[in-house]
Amino acid sequence: MMIGISGRSPSRVRRPAGVALAAVVAGFMATGAAAAADMSVKIANFTFDPPTLTVPAGITVIWTNDDDIPHVVAEKDGKFRSKALDTGDTFSRQFTVAGTVEYYCAIHPHMTGKIVVTP
Amino acid sequence: MSKREDDERGVSRRGALECMVWAGTGVLWTLSGGIPKSLGLLGDAEAAEATGFSFLQISDSHIGFNKPANPNALATLQEAIGKVGALSSPPAFMIHTGDITHLSKPDEFDNAAGVIGGVKLALHTVPGEHDFVDEVPGQQYLARYGKGTKGAGWYSFDDHGVHFVGLVNVVDLKAGGLGRLGADQLAWLADDLGGKSDSTPVVVFAHIPLWTIYADWGWGTDDGTEALKLLKRFGSVTVLNGHIHQIVQKVEGNMTFHTARSTAFPQPAPGTAPAPGPMTVPAEKLRTLLGITGVAVKVGERALAITDTALASA
Repeated sequence: MMIGISGRSPSRVRRPAGVALAAVVAGFMATGAAAAADMSVKIANFTFDPPTLTVPAGITVIWTNDDDIPHVVAEKDGKFRSKALDTGDTFSRQFTVAGTVEYYCAIHPHMTGKIVVTP
Repeated sequence: MSKREDDERGVSRRGALECMVWAGTGVLWTLSGGIPKSLGLLGDAEAAEATGFSFLQISDSHIGFNKPANPNALATLQEAIGKVGALSSPPAFMIHTGDITHLSKPDEFDNAAGVIGGVKLALHTVPGEHDFVDEVPGQQYLARYGKGTKGAGWYSFDDHGVHFVGLVNVVDLKAGGLGRLGADQLAWLADDLGGKSDSTPVVVFAHIPLWTIYADWGWGTDDGTEALKLLKRFGSVTVLNGHIHQIVQKVEGNMTFHTARSTAFPQPAPGTAPAPGPMTVPAEKLRTLLGITGVAVKVGERALAITDTALASA
């Protein structure tokens, strides 16, 4: 009767390798510093953490759902929308244009967050 | 599992409803000439017999959910349906107020339908947000339950002189908001109610509560008050919702609001936890927090009799 939680297959993080590499190389050439890594937003307790994340243009943001309830990461006006993220699932998106991106959970719309993309 | 406590009988309706908050798995609704009353599901089968007409509400079966709060949501749905099948006086039909599935997957819908179909009762459904998270939102749900409905699945029907309205408030939700009906559905509702006399008992059911229970957790509907305005003129209005996995009831004028328990897992009372979501309780306690709801309609009385019944006694 009490069945343990079955193992989950690892989520696929979609990230075009070529683009990422180019960003890394460009980063080295421009600043000489180590390339910026992906940045992450944790979804837990029906909130996005951090609620506002500031990233340089070109960075890929990865959302990971830590809740026992699925969430859907969606841009406020529908410019992007993840599939339903079950527990442990991830969604990633690269932000190349400077500006503020407002997003929310499409099925729990009181959950909101922002990605501030700097040039 | 055992049936609800006998001491719930004979107490005042208000007292009984308070008891039911701790007892329910489902809600059996009885319409007594207009005002709904909730009756203990099994124990009150007699009440339904007395009125001649009752229907049953189940909600939030979340088929596919397998986390610690309930590793086997299909089994508890099966138990709930078993209670329905055991009623000595069968309800006229059953409504499911959404979150039939957890992730809108075809096999989740199929498994739910297989179990629910175990009782030979007509089924009326409205979707929850979990039924609209497939690749094309709502495709799976509407393929199964959308026939004869408008928009994202709203509709109405009449039974025993009662007007039933199923509303959808889980689609096209706006950032920062709550549940939402939308202008198209509200216009349809105005038109749908337009031809009905004030004395027609109306039962409205939707997934997310149509009134605001706790906005911080999204437990309300932004334009729910628009719908309630359209319903105000009726002598008896019963609003049945799910979503919050616990019983909350209020009576306001001629309107009775009631939320049903889930058949899958409980959620915390508003504000008592950092967030809504599955609440893990000791295994022996789980079935006291799941349930079904019965509603009996009695000709000539305003109130419907609402009965919540847990899968197990506390």
